[in-house]
Amino acid sequence: MTDAPAIPVARPRVRWPLSLIVGVVLTAVVVLTALIAFIWTPYDVEAVNIAAKLTAPNAAHPFGTDHFGRDVLSMIMVGAQNSLAVALVAVGIGAGIGVPLGLTAAARGGWIDELVMRGNDLIFAFPALLLAVMITAVFGPGAINAIIAIGLFNIPVFTRVARGAAMGLWTREYVLAARTAGKSKTLISVQHILPNLMSLLVVQAAIQFAVGIVAEAGLSYVGLGAQPPMPSWGRMLAEAQTMIGFAPWLAIMPGLAIFVTVLGLSLTGDGLRDLFDPRVRRER
Amino acid sequence: MTVLDIRDLSLSIGATPILKKVSLSVAPGEILGLVGESGSGKSMTALAVLGLTPPRATMAGEIQLNGQLISGASDAVLQKVRGRDVGIIFQEPMTALNPVMTIGDQVAETVRLHKKVSRKEALAVARAVLDRVGLPAERFPLSRYPHELSGGQRQRVAIAIAIALTPKLLIADEATTALDVTTQAQVLDLLKQLVREDGMGLILITHDLAVVAETADRVAVMKAGELVEEAPVARIGAGMAHPYSQRLLANATHAPVRRSQPQAEAAPVLQVEGLVREYGGAPALFGKSKAFRAVDQVSLSIQPGESVGLVGESGCGKSTLLRAILALETPQGGRVRVKDRDITAARGAALKSIRRDIQVVFQDPYGSFDPRWKVSDLVAENFHLLDARPTPLEARRRIDQMLEQVGLPASAADRYPHEFSGGQRQRIAIARALITEPSVICLDEAVSALDVSVRAQVLDLLADLSDRLGLSYLFVTHDLTVVRTVTDRLLVMQAGKIVEQGDTVAVFAAPSHPYTQKLLAATPDLVRNHALEKEIVG
Repeated sequence: MTDAPAIPVARPRVRWPLSLIVGVVLTAVVVLTALIAFIWTPYDVEAVNIAAKLTAPNAAHPFGTDHFGRDVLSMIMVGAQNSLAVALVAVGIGAGIGVPLGLTAAARGGWIDELVMRGNDLIFAFPALLLAVMITAVFGPGAINAIIAIGLFNIPVFTRVARGAAMGLWTREYVLAARTAGKSKTLISVQHILPNLMSLLVVQAAIQFAVGIVAEAGLSYVGLGAQPPMPSWGRMLAEAQTMIGFAPWLAIMPGLAIFVTVLGLSLTGDGLRDLFDPRVRRER
Repeated sequence: MTVLDIRDLSLSIGATPILKKVSLSVAPGEILGLVGESGSGKSMTALAVLGLTPPRATMAGEIQLNGQLISGASDAVLQKVRGRDVGIIFQEPMTALNPVMTIGDQVAETVRLHKKVSRKEALAVARAVLDRVGLPAERFPLSRYPHELSGGQRQRVAIAIAIALTPKLLIADEATTALDVTTQAQVLDLLKQLVREDGMGLILITHDLAVVAETADRVAVMKAGELVEEAPVARIGAGMAHPYSQRLLANATHAPVRRSQPQAEAAPVLQVEGLVREYGGAPALFGKSKAFRAVDQVSLSIQPGESVGLVGESGCGKSTLLRAILALETPQGGRVRVKDRDITAARGAALKSIRRDIQVVFQDPYGSFDPRWKVSDLVAENFHLLDARPTPLEARRRIDQMLEQVGLPASAADRYPHEFSGGQRQRIAIARALITEPSVICLDEAVSALDVSVRAQVLDLLADLSDRLGLSYLFVTHDLTVVRTVTDRLLVMQAGKIVEQGDTVAVFAAPSHPYTQKLLAATPDLVRNHALEKEIVG
């Protein structure tokens, strides 16, 4: 009935989705900017120059200056480091804790599964901002606390994705075959389940990265993120609020930075999903 | 006057020819069996009749339906033809029906698409048609949903949709393949009855020669897009002309030669005593929910070198029993002993050492391998059971040797499973099972998904391995034709219990339990027909 001819060895040429190409280019620009800021910025971000305060964008200051005369481009470049670092570490925390939890829940089932998933619901149900405020109340504001708060909320996302997909894989015959090979559930999770989940997790990571950038900006905006003099996109927006009438570039430039970064990461996530999906289907 | 007349139909997708000058015709009230292996073009022929060919396909030749030329007709014309003049039934009744529509609406939809009638009138037609296909109003009201029906009942709904407008031609594409034998027999009877009553033509597409032998008037054999032979169905037994048809028949009835005998006196390699497996029974709101007993006090034993068949219809508990034997599920009672060691009680190293002796080959040659692993890693997975893992060099030598034993080149080791055909994948699965030199191999429908020629080869390989290595097999299957040719002993399972067991030849000759009798009577039997015909002709 199904002795169909073997699938040809040569896979058809992969067509890169347009969204992936655009997304990766935008993301690369942001990441490069952040990296360059480590060795060079047009101006010192902490250098105050009252004479040049609130300069509109010109040749010397392409993004203009703020009310202390600081260069906005330089601040955005250094702010990119802060945003990317916070989001990246938060995704790392979420995936690093969430994925093993999800895999364990799927492998063990029973009360362990129940415990993990109800714990997840608890975190999900708790308002993120409230938790961030609580953490700040205890430890004081700062980038580290933003990371913890955002990372904590990434955990249930990854747990759910990993558990849901892993549950499907556990019924596959190759997993049964691995069990008859005497492998433990942990070993099977590592050797068979996790590699087959990877494409899903990478897509989720890209999406959570984008969410993390927005969350970090939000926390900085209300003053719970990175503290001055460390530049941060969210706080730049907050400070621009009172001057938006006569110095709109102060709000537009950090806003654009957030927009481009989130767009790039979201497009990358969507593109990766498009790229992985047909392959997953073909492998069946 | 013919219902369908296909002349020199050729079809290709891109540069690949799919059909080559196929000519066939169907008369009113005639059943034409269209047989062939996968990829032979039988389904594509049916789709061409319906004008449902893939978008990039190019077609040549003529298709006439009721004297009307429909090849090359516009979509609008073809849409009128589909459903009204030609009905089709597919293999998988669950995916052929819309899960969120009631069965009444689904039948009525076809009626309303082609006739200007009110919803009420259409539903009345639907009621009448459902009655005809054996779904009476009192048990199957129009408001039922597909998920509330069994596989056979769903297939009856699919048939009702196909015949709602009394088409001139009905096409059944592997329509009974997914059904149990008793259900298959009922559905085939229904089709025969409908053809007789309405005088429509029926094309029965199947890979199963036995089904054709028992149902059709004429048989057409396809191979690689060509129609190689057309003959009255009586000729299936009496000898068909084309070598390919002969080979198809030989493969379908193939009995592997076995040289060694099971050792009746030796200690059994596998002993199952009073095994019980229950599901549910978890604490509910009030007391405990009622447990479902999937395996009920099952006992069996297998001698060294013996081949035992375990047959039963879907849901009888045979797969659950198999999983309990393999210690993949924990039974609620009873014991499973492999070479006198209790696998149900064993843990850790002890369990590993027992697992070395009992291995498994699963049904799905596509799903039983991790798509990301190379064949060498897949076959080597069972080295995990050894106390001392072989060195990489030694492991590779043993893998290559094992692949050769199952008839694959050693170069297969560095490739991925998707590069192999179904039959080759089953060979890889056998290699994986054999690498720890087990005494028993459980085969869970291991040849059910294969074409007859590939199935014959795999069965030969299994017989040969049993002879050389003294292996015992437990064949778990719903396919009685397979167990008949390869097993020494037969166990028949129904509703979690073994209802009959005995020598395979004896059980087939004189089944004692009513369920076994029913099962055997429902099985399309090429061997029986074949032998009969031989007697008449010879």
